[in-house]
Formats: sequence, structure tokens, C-alpha cells
Amino acid sequence: MTTEQRVPIRIEQDIVVARQSVRELAGRLGFGTIDQSRIATAVSELTRNVIRYATDSTGDMYVREIEGPRGKGLEIVVEDHGPGIADLDLVMQDGYTSGGGMGLGLPGTKRLMDEMELTSAVGVGTTVTIRKWRR
Amino acid sequence: MIFPIVKIGNCLIATLTEDIGDADAMDLQESINTRIEATGASGVLVDISALQTIDSFLGRLLNEIATGARLLGAETVMAGMQPAVAMTLVELGLTLKGVRSALDAERGLTMLGQHLNGGGQ
Repeated sequence: MTTEQRVPIRIEQDIVVARQSVRELAGRLGFGTIDQSRIATAVSELTRNVIRYATDSTGDMYVREIEGPRGKGLEIVVEDHGPGIADLDLVMQDGYTSGGGMGLGLPGTKRLMDEMELTSAVGVGTTVTIRKWRR
Repeated sequence: MIFPIVKIGNCLIATLTEDIGDADAMDLQESINTRIEATGASGVLVDISALQTIDSFLGRLLNEIATGARLLGAETVMAGMQPAVAMTLVELGLTLKGVRSALDAERGLTMLGQHLNGGGQ
């Protein structure tokens, strides 16, 4: 069991910090270059959502090593206390955007990772959990 | 963070680093446009070989850099994308349709019509 790593997401530059720290951890855990790129890109998308959409533009990322039936993996939780998402199905559609982006962030993140769970409550916040298993 | 833009012949060359943030990328876009106007450059080479991550924001911006440069009369080539980044972009769903790319900076310059002397070619 390794300790959980917490990265606060407060300013735009934290997106860079978050993706670099998760890439470094993924490399240490034995993920290959392509998986490192997938994971870092997914984190970049999710943490940018925090900066762009959360009411106070703040949130936190938690990263930890996990073990499951498929072996070792990496679990990343990105949470904010922003406005929340009213229609979860809608935001998972390619091309849907509420903020002038391309609408690839969430559906793209799901494609890059092995597992993704999205929970949100309007007025409370949004939590996205993603996992990648080591091959 | 400021990315220096150098001019060689008719080409502008910018080299990006892994720690590029959103604001830096937008500054770069503006600097490239300003330099095209100031120098009349006909080509822009963006060396992305150091980038280990290109997410949807940066991908879109690279597209916009190329589109903006074209409107100012300059062709853009993105050079040196890492294979892992290319795979990730495809899975993300980002096709970068408007962007020309080259395996490395030297080939990129050749595509832009800039042949460097010194190799005895």
C-alpha cells in the first residue's frame, strides 16, 4: 500500500503540476510510455475542467496505487465543489460543450482510461474517478 | 514563460517545452502572429518533440496557430511529435486536420522549403 498523493488544483499552472506528478508516479509504477501519456492527458483534461468550470476554480486531485483482480493499477480522483453537472449523459457525448471547448474532455478521458466514474450534484460539486490497470 | 522564436531564412522556429501552460500557449500564438507580420516569414516550424502531453486544449491551439499563420500567408509544420502523444491524440478524438506535421525539425524545414546548407547536399 502506498500513501495517497494529493495535488491541490487552484491555479492554471496546477494543471501542469498535476499531469507531471501523475506521469512520474505512473512511470515509477511501471506503466509504459503510451499509458503514461494517456494518464497524463486524462489528468490534464480533468484538472482543466476544475479551473474552467468550478465556481471558485478550485479542487483537488488524489492519486493512489490500487490492486484489483487485474493486478496493480493507478486510481485518480479529481473533485471540485463547483456548480455540478445537471445532465451527466450529455457531457459524455462527443462534441458537447458548455464552455467553448471542443467537447472532447470527458468522453476523450474515458477512452484514454480503463475505467471512469462521474458523479455530480448540482450546487454541490463534481467528482471524477479514473483508473488504469498495468498490463 | 516565454518561448523564443528564432528566424532562419524565411522560417520562424519555436520550440515548446513540456511545462507549457494554457496561458503560455496563448502567448505563443500571439507572438507567432506578431512575428509573421513583422518579418514576412513564409514558414513556421513548431518543434513539439519535447512535449509528452498534448491535451484537447493545446491540440486545438496548435490547430489555431496553423490556421492563423495561413491567413497571414505562412505555412506551419509541427515537427517531432512523440509516438505516444500521437496515439493519445487519436484516442482522445483530436485529428488536427489543419496541421501539417513532420517527423523531425530538419524534415519540417525541408517541407517549408528551407534547405540547410552544411550537409553537403
